[in-house]
Amino acid sequence: MFSFIARIIARDLSLALRRPADLAAPLCFFLIVASLFAFGVGPEPELLRRLAPGILWVGALLSTLLSLPRMFADDFADGTLEQIALAPYPLGLAALGKAIAHWMISGLPLALISPILALQFDLPMDALVILFFSILIGTPALSGIGSIGAGLTLGLRGAAVLISLVVLPLYIPALILGAGAVDAVAHGLSPRPHLFLLAAFSTGSIVFAPWAAAAALKISLE
Amino acid sequence: MLEAIQIECQRGDQRLFHGIDLCLKGGELLFLQGKNGAGKTSLLRILCGLAMPVSGEIRWQGENIHRLRERFRGELCYLGHQNAIKDDLTPLENLMISTRLHDEAIDEDAALVALEQVGLAGRVELACRYLSQGQKRRVALSRLALEKRPLWILDEPFVALDAQANQWLSNVIGAHSERGGLTVLTSHQAIAIPAAEIRPLVLG
Repeated sequence: MFSFIARIIARDLSLALRRPADLAAPLCFFLIVASLFAFGVGPEPELLRRLAPGILWVGALLSTLLSLPRMFADDFADGTLEQIALAPYPLGLAALGKAIAHWMISGLPLALISPILALQFDLPMDALVILFFSILIGTPALSGIGSIGAGLTLGLRGAAVLISLVVLPLYIPALILGAGAVDAVAHGLSPRPHLFLLAAFSTGSIVFAPWAAAAALKISLE
Repeated sequence: MLEAIQIECQRGDQRLFHGIDLCLKGGELLFLQGKNGAGKTSLLRILCGLAMPVSGEIRWQGENIHRLRERFRGELCYLGHQNAIKDDLTPLENLMISTRLHDEAIDEDAALVALEQVGLAGRVELACRYLSQGQKRRVALSRLALEKRPLWILDEPFVALDAQANQWLSNVIGAHSERGGLTVLTSHQAIAIPAAEIRPLVLG
């Protein structure tokens, strides 16, 4: 069972590495959104510091959305999704593997560059570290819940817009907890309650959401 | 043994077929024919459990395939009219990945032999995007060279193949039937598989 998930992850990662441009696009988007805000709001350190957690988290949500439509679409188009559905394992496990691979391709790089972007907002060191961890812990939830949206809109016209309508409202808890953790540090409070709740939300999402995605995929495949 | 009992299939408002009964035993080959749009692919997808029939059921060794789930899928090899290969990967990677997903660990040597059999010996390191339609079909079919599962469901396997590959595929399917395997296939051409006991079924 675990080896099947590992095989799906390995497959998706090796496919993603063949297309570096697709990997870079959401990262560039994240970089540009964060920088535009810094330009737009103006060079007032106090204001920038206050806005930073929210801006960076919204940026991370939107960049994740960019890569979501392709989570199943390519496999659906060339028939490999049918083959995965006919593998001798539950389809939910395959969706779980694909959600984890999606996190490694999109969420993990976002977390890694977030501290660099946060420097533009003059975040202090301790807030920088918490921002990194909150995005690292929170993005699995985005990939997990995103898999439901990607499954439901598979093969539809205008899938990208529909996905944002389905998925963004469900991202609100992650946004509140993630940005809240960084805010808490800025106000001298402990970020741990936020981070723990965020971790619980992420774990629940990445474990359970792919099964809902699998149910959606079965309908799309018929 | 693969059984279909009173299968009915609808596409939109249109009833494609109904009352299909069939029973296929080891060594037999069901040759599904019918004009375009008669529902051949729909029947194949129902047989392998990807689509649900409006009514009726499919049984494998006497049990409903939707109750057997993974146990049925572990005995099934399905080849759709899409090749299910990744254009970014090489034929070798495609073959290794697709066999691994179906739990048949093969080593690289076995995969290379299979690709050589389908006539892709010099192309194993070339991304599939640079291959012709027929060669892509051969990559997809190379799985059959290693395939030991008892039930093969093949949608238009002979499409885009040249005479030589055609002959190779007929031999592979023949050998499968001799081992006691079951085959369901569709084709618009006549098929010549001497070793198999062919049972024709015309839809529509």
